[in-house]
Amino acid sequence: MPSPRYHREMPQRYRLEAAKCSGCGRVAFPPRMVCNCGSRDFKGEKVSDYGKILTFTTIRVAPKDFETEVPYSVAIVESDNGVRVTTQVVDCKPNELEIGKKVKFVFRKLYTEGHTGIICYGYKAILI
Amino acid sequence: MVGIVGYGSYLPRYRIKVDEIAKQWGRDAEAVRRGLLLKEKTVPALDEDTITISVEAARNALRRAEIDPADIGAVYIGSESHPYAVKPSGTVVAEALGVVPEVHIADYEFACKAGTEAMFVAFSLVSADQMKYALAIGADTSQGAPGDALEFSASAGGSAFIFGKDKIVAELLHTYSYTTDTPDFWRREGAFYPLHGGRFTGQPAYFKHILGAGEGILKKSGLKASDFNYAVFHMPNGKFPLTVGKKLGFKREQLEPGWVVPLMGNTYSGSSPTGFSATLDIAKKGDMILLVSFGSGAGSDAFIFKVTERIDEVRDKADKVRDMLETNRIYLDYGHYAKFRGKIIMND
Repeated sequence: MPSPRYHREMPQRYRLEAAKCSGCGRVAFPPRMVCNCGSRDFKGEKVSDYGKILTFTTIRVAPKDFETEVPYSVAIVESDNGVRVTTQVVDCKPNELEIGKKVKFVFRKLYTEGHTGIICYGYKAILI
Repeated sequence: MVGIVGYGSYLPRYRIKVDEIAKQWGRDAEAVRRGLLLKEKTVPALDEDTITISVEAARNALRRAEIDPADIGAVYIGSESHPYAVKPSGTVVAEALGVVPEVHIADYEFACKAGTEAMFVAFSLVSADQMKYALAIGADTSQGAPGDALEFSASAGGSAFIFGKDKIVAELLHTYSYTTDTPDFWRREGAFYPLHGGRFTGQPAYFKHILGAGEGILKKSGLKASDFNYAVFHMPNGKFPLTVGKKLGFKREQLEPGWVVPLMGNTYSGSSPTGFSATLDIAKKGDMILLVSFGSGAGSDAFIFKVTERIDEVRDKADKVRDMLETNRIYLDYGHYAKFRGKIIMND
């Protein structure tokens, strides 16, 4: 990921900052400029640190940057305040995941740009 | 009154047992366990480093402090495994915590006592009314060369402490530092693993400096070992802190709550701070705690804390050290450990 894009996305990747539409109340994550209802008026809202697994899959053939991590799991998690987030679930084996299991968002390395590039950080989830 | 407003720790879930490392190198596991008083150690996951450990420890400290992160005026991280050679770990940590942009940031390095260096400066700045709160972190993903004695202990984890003048959990009553030029352990620029002076790391290094700082702060404060409920000393292995504690007049029961090394290993800059955090987890109002770090090179920082009644309000607001040590453990074989620690040479 180019450094400027990584830098722009820090609020959501680092701090799980979402945007709540003042018109219809829908929470957008990642934040967006225009809501489905047409409103451009948003207020900041943080995604809860905790949530549950809605669905998940296991990656066994991964893109190059993630080849050393296979098999790993990616889930759609619904946070305790109702925001749905697609995230890697780590520190567990794929067969330990179940729909409905509780998770906690944690701060982890997402990937590194080779041996000399920047290190990209963001959220992942762990089972609790 | 200046002291700790919030404290928190983080330890990875992955572990490797001393027996597994001994088996790999043809060593006598029982002799290592008995000699170093170590059972297992924490291992960082592939996606963990000093920055991620610092963020998790600091988030736990913020859960207990219950302050606005924007009120933190400084973020100082002590480590000897900062992920970048040029770009402070503190910049990422402060951004992740929501402390930026009005904040002073610096990374510290002094072998295993870089964390208490950060604590010393954070305390000093708050004492001098330069800022309302200051955050100090000691964290490491410690390096030890394959087959070296250090490999049995070098582990990963860290602890964070927010200093301030209100909502205090533990008042900091006295500080004392003791430092000399002692080449007992070092890592040259560009070297992957540190080197050490074998037995020279004992008496002329660890014991001289911890005893120097320990005796110095007791003399400065007019206190004696029996005036303390607990004491925490840097834990390069299980044996050294028990020996130095006895030399200073402390009993085993004063040391045990903070003696986390048999299950944690040596988290370098996070070692004595995490022992201190584990002690706060069980401390009560009025308890006196002595903390003495040690960093090769060499030096020791000593602190005397007095716990306040707020400890009962905050203790359960974040994960406790013993819970992290004793639950959710995932054991690795040596092959996976070598992969996780980047000991296997890969193509780009």
